[in-house]
Amino acid sequence: MANYLLIESRDPFESADVAFCHDLARRLAAAGNRVTVFLVQNGVLGVRAGARGPGYAELARAGVEVRADDFSLRERGISADRLQPGVTPSPLDLVIDRLAEGAKAIWH
Amino acid sequence: MKALSIVESAYRATIEEQDDTIVWLNHAMKAAGADLAVLLRGNAVNYAVRGQDAAGLAFGAWRQTQPPRIADDIASLAGKGVTVYVVAEDLAERGLDAGDLVPGLERVSRDGLPGLFAAHDQIWHW
Amino acid sequence: MAEKKTLTFALMDAPYESARTTTALRLIDIAARRGYAVNVFAYEGAVLLPFSRQQPHPNAVHGRSVEEENHLLTKEVVAALIAEAARAGGKLDWVNCGLCVDERGAGEAIDGVRRGSPADFWKMAEASDNTLVIGTR
Repeated sequence: MANYLLIESRDPFESADVAFCHDLARRLAAAGNRVTVFLVQNGVLGVRAGARGPGYAELARAGVEVRADDFSLRERGISADRLQPGVTPSPLDLVIDRLAEGAKAIWH
Repeated sequence: MKALSIVESAYRATIEEQDDTIVWLNHAMKAAGADLAVLLRGNAVNYAVRGQDAAGLAFGAWRQTQPPRIADDIASLAGKGVTVYVVAEDLAERGLDAGDLVPGLERVSRDGLPGLFAAHDQIWHW
Repeated sequence: MAEKKTLTFALMDAPYESARTTTALRLIDIAARRGYAVNVFAYEGAVLLPFSRQQPHPNAVHGRSVEEENHLLTKEVVAALIAEAARAGGKLDWVNCGLCVDERGAGEAIDGVRRGSPADFWKMAEASDNTLVIGTR
């Protein structure tokens, strides 16, 4: 079992390829890996409760940890108490933590 | 260390650079002794298509004499012993089949990506 | 004391074009503050991040002078990161891809930046605990 960190910088409204990241996360988790999707930049635009988009609760149910960069959320006025279920705000330090732990890190 | 370079972005500044800069980078790293493989996904699967022709551009009196020849560069990577994978579903979505492509590539399905990633120490998505 | 790590980053974006640059610099800052050994391979437009001829400017739309605007210059951020890494007991080794420098005329870089090649990126990655590639679009 390996640790994977998928850093999603693209948003689902502008980029259809966000589906690749979600699909990959599910497949990696199903294969028994520890998977974190870390949303950053416009990647957080889909996490506001009520936003139409890929749905992060489904990723969480698949065993994927979904984190959102707290600065990117604040920069876009997305308050931490108005997020979709399954999404947790997190400092960007988490990315360095996971790199230091040896996670396979993929920027999307 | 074995690295997998994922190429997704396609035809970005390839005329100006006269190369795809990531395909080129992988050639250069291989020449320096790197142990790597390449995965073409998304629009970059089109890089493997035979018959691409970017020749003939001119700007005023300036003529481009070295257009990018990306399919050749993909084939030559494979010829140098770099395994070049291409995502099967991305080919199908773009109306491509094996007969359209340069030889020497290995198709991988999306189902196969976890296993491919497990076989590499580093996954670099360019 | 937390173990010091060696991390390598590959960057591609030119300054002032993408939010990826800000995130990359934030990540390098976090690693620098931890005293890590940080390698940066700047490819394509990213070779302009430490370009020494960047100049600040005023902002007439907001009525701000040069001093008041205090415009972020990426060369100053890179210099600050190099200094921070050293202060914290680590280092930041910034390598600009030479051919990318040549075609962009970006040869004048701040102190602490050196010219290199894809072979340097591979060597840095091999010698690192981990590597993050931030590609461009």
